[in-house]
Amino acid sequence: MTTAPRPPRHSPPSKAASVPPEDQSYAAQSVSSQNETSAPLLTAVSTPRRKVMQGIGAGAAALSWGTLHPHSARAEQASATAQNQAPQTPRPPTRFFTAAELAFLTAACERLFPEDDMGPGATALGVPNFIDGQMNTPWGRGEKWFMAAPHRSGPANLGYQLPYSPQQIYRKGITAVQAWVMQNHHAAFENLPAATQDAILSALEHNVTQFDDLPASAFFEQLRSDTIEGAFSDPIHLGNRHMGGWKMMGFPGARADYMDWVDRYETPYPYGPVSINGETA
Amino acid sequence: MAEKTLPPVDAVVVGAGWAGSIMAKELCEAGLSVVMLERGGRRSTAKDGAYPSSIDELEGATRYKLFQNPAQTTVTVRNRLDQEALPYRRLAAFLPGEGVGGAGLHWTGVHFRAMPQDLRLRSHVIERYGRNFIPEGMNLQDYGVTYEELEPFFDRAEKVFGTSGQAYTVGGKVVGKGNPFAPDRSDDFPLPPLRDVYTAHLFRKAATEAGFHPYAMPAANASHPYTNPYGAQMGPCNFCGYCSDYACYMYAKASPNVNILPALKRHASFTLRSNAHVLKVLLDSTGKKATGVVYQDAEGNHITQPAGLVILAAFQFHNVHLMLLSGIGKAYDPHSNTGTVGRNFTYQNITNTTVLMPPTRSTDQFIGSAGGVAIDDFNCDNFDHGPLGFIGGSPLWVNQAGVKPIAGAKGAFPGGPRWGSAWKKQAVDTYRHSFTINAQGSNMAYRDVYLDLDPTWTNVYGQPLLRMTFDWKDNDIRMNRYVVSKLDGVVKALGARDVHYGMRDPNTPFDVRDYQTTHLCGGAVMGDAPKTSALNRYLQSWDVPNVFVVGANAFPQGMGYNPTGLVAALAYWSAHHIRTQWLRGNGGPLVTP
Ligand SMILES: Cc1cc2nc3c(=O)[nH]c(=O)nc-3n(C[C@H](O)[C@H](O)[C@H](O)COP(=O)(O)OP(=O)(O)OC[C@H]3O[C@@H](n4cnc5c(N)ncnc54)[C@H](O)[C@@H]3O)c2cc1C
Ligand code: SF4
Repeated sequence: MTTAPRPPRHSPPSKAASVPPEDQSYAAQSVSSQNETSAPLLTAVSTPRRKVMQGIGAGAAALSWGTLHPHSARAEQASATAQNQAPQTPRPPTRFFTAAELAFLTAACERLFPEDDMGPGATALGVPNFIDGQMNTPWGRGEKWFMAAPHRSGPANLGYQLPYSPQQIYRKGITAVQAWVMQNHHAAFENLPAATQDAILSALEHNVTQFDDLPASAFFEQLRSDTIEGAFSDPIHLGNRHMGGWKMMGFPGARADYMDWVDRYETPYPYGPVSINGETA
Repeated sequence: MAEKTLPPVDAVVVGAGWAGSIMAKELCEAGLSVVMLERGGRRSTAKDGAYPSSIDELEGATRYKLFQNPAQTTVTVRNRLDQEALPYRRLAAFLPGEGVGGAGLHWTGVHFRAMPQDLRLRSHVIERYGRNFIPEGMNLQDYGVTYEELEPFFDRAEKVFGTSGQAYTVGGKVVGKGNPFAPDRSDDFPLPPLRDVYTAHLFRKAATEAGFHPYAMPAANASHPYTNPYGAQMGPCNFCGYCSDYACYMYAKASPNVNILPALKRHASFTLRSNAHVLKVLLDSTGKKATGVVYQDAEGNHITQPAGLVILAAFQFHNVHLMLLSGIGKAYDPHSNTGTVGRNFTYQNITNTTVLMPPTRSTDQFIGSAGGVAIDDFNCDNFDHGPLGFIGGSPLWVNQAGVKPIAGAKGAFPGGPRWGSAWKKQAVDTYRHSFTINAQGSNMAYRDVYLDLDPTWTNVYGQPLLRMTFDWKDNDIRMNRYVVSKLDGVVKALGARDVHYGMRDPNTPFDVRDYQTTHLCGGAVMGDAPKTSALNRYLQSWDVPNVFVVGANAFPQGMGYNPTGLVAALAYWSAHHIRTQWLRGNGGPLVTP
């Protein structure tokens, strides 16, 4: 069953306030008592903000870039009922990375976050899709960082001082790593054995190699950070497919209502995650 | 870009956070016409806290949806006078707010008063330990206001915020199992304390076994439905764990948006203008009287808003920045230790200890609120500092505000692997089985820690950035290490599998890359002497008496507690004296130096 998470039954104050609430849509927050038990009943409540995408590529299990455009992960989650409500034309895939860049990214993310007995790896979770999607956001374009000149270097503890946006970090970083790997290993990163890939990533992490205009570790840290974000953010951002990251961590996602569990000290919280779009696991 | 001058109003308030909203409400109640200018956009819980779209760690806590965008304006930071300060380009160490409600929309809600000794720390230290106890280079000062004077205003703020907590004494009588070190109160908290989450419950038991005095942390998260004195309603906290960095979709966390603005907007004499970035306060030719402010609107027009009274409530360091840009008061000079604007800049001295519990049950760190369990045995001057040779202290607490998986995975057990299968295993284990104990401590003021204007970088308005010169100092490092070492007995009683003590390291300078707190203090402090304080005890500028500067900028040094309870009480205190004295007088200073 795929449904939207229910609004909490411990509802905010009624509208009988002597002071009007801060704005009209407040009323949408108020729900009538649903007389639920403490079981994680999920009533199908349509959320006004639900973004409904027409499903294509539904059921694609392993992510192959060629067959899955960035929005199909979201599309996949749209429930049948939701799709019936307001089908929209899918947005054309706007991909930031080239196929070659993506091949590197997919291989590198998978080494940082490998599939193993703990759970899915970066590829299965859609992490490369996530990173690609993030490139076309204000953050990806560097619009949420102070980018003004002059750019001077200083001690690491004074923070990031490069003139590059995330888009530029990736573009420069991938180009430099690919060239460096080709020169030393006469093969593309994605075609090397895992142990060699790990050694290369480790060299980047510890700045063993120098690139012309980007410290290798700056690229590595960006990649590591974004891989984690792709594995654990809400699937609405195209990573964490089927909430595989959350299941592994034991995080209940968008449930966000623990009224009945806060002081059951003998019993850990028992329920699996839900996503913003209402996927359950 | 056009220039325009608007009709004058009685008062202009810069900033729509807690400080600005409280001041605007009080001034409207006094019958003044008030314009509140906020550089950010309109914000509301209904829109910015909507469920489920706001339950999004990536947008909320990773992309900083509700915070100041440093692309517009930021600060530069250096550790020492002989360094070049560099821009704080990516938010990390501290997260200033922006938009209607300010940081009050996305704060956590830990709501403390101040300890009486903290408000007169210089006098107290001299009385108990002697003048020589104060190290060279420390600008230790009193606030110029006492706990007894502020008590009614602490009480007022708690009632407006709908604060949940447990008192120890009310009217001198022990009434409950609250913090035995806490000062006396005129009334109980408006709401009973929040329930302990599992990890706080563990900490409470272990701290008791270790011989300490645990208490429920006071939190501006309603433990039950509540209506505040303005008629604003709050819902009950459901421990969703999305306090810190988010708007509360349950209307349970106090915010200016929920607790004050609905009532404020009912005053016909009140106007709120968002997307109005104040560039400076305008002074007349004498430089001793403000005539209003000039701001830039969303279209880039420069608008002059004349006003008889100017309230700066733009947040601690923005207030200092605006004072420096406007020429209100004398800029501080660390070499001569003269001037007051920028002086006594402090922060909050926090470190986090990670406790790894046996794998038998999950610690459920995602359940959270601003509540928790604390001990004050090593806060303030609750212990004898004589043999220790440092000033200050830290509460220790489990304040589990809801750990989400991105933050949890990035901060996996310190010192372990950072990627690959081994890391993954440890990240999951740490997330499922650990919890954090914070030592959130005081930070003293030092001669060479201060704020001024940066000589190199400018913001999008063409104004010099504010420059922070800040580092951790020996007194504060030793304080932190001492207090954290006292966790030993607690950790033993917990039966922890492993522990990583988070302690300040003498060789590690202040690092802008790691979130600490947004509890920045000082820079335009209150006090009794115009030589060492920019503001008098009523938060009135000594130099320009129709300017009041409200915020944590007024704290002469950082205390162990979170700042907002004191910020709110000082706002009510200042407003009270504007209403009862300043408005009835000739507009001059309320204190003669
Ligand atoms: C994540 C987080 C958690 C926190 N948790 C706690 C807690 O649990 N307990 C606690 O006590 N404190 C906490 N704090 C701190 C608390 O948020 C602040 O102390 C408090 O909100 C400060 O209120 P203020 O009104 O002084 O400033 P703000 O809330 O920052 O409001 C100032 C407003 O002024 C505006 N402004 C700035 N410059 C200009 C200008 N030039 N022109 C026009 N407008 C301007 C800003 O955009 C802002 O909206 C937390 C802070 C953060 C970021
Ligand atoms: S934990 Fe409570 S107060 Fe905090 S955001 Fe959730 S419901 Fe609101």
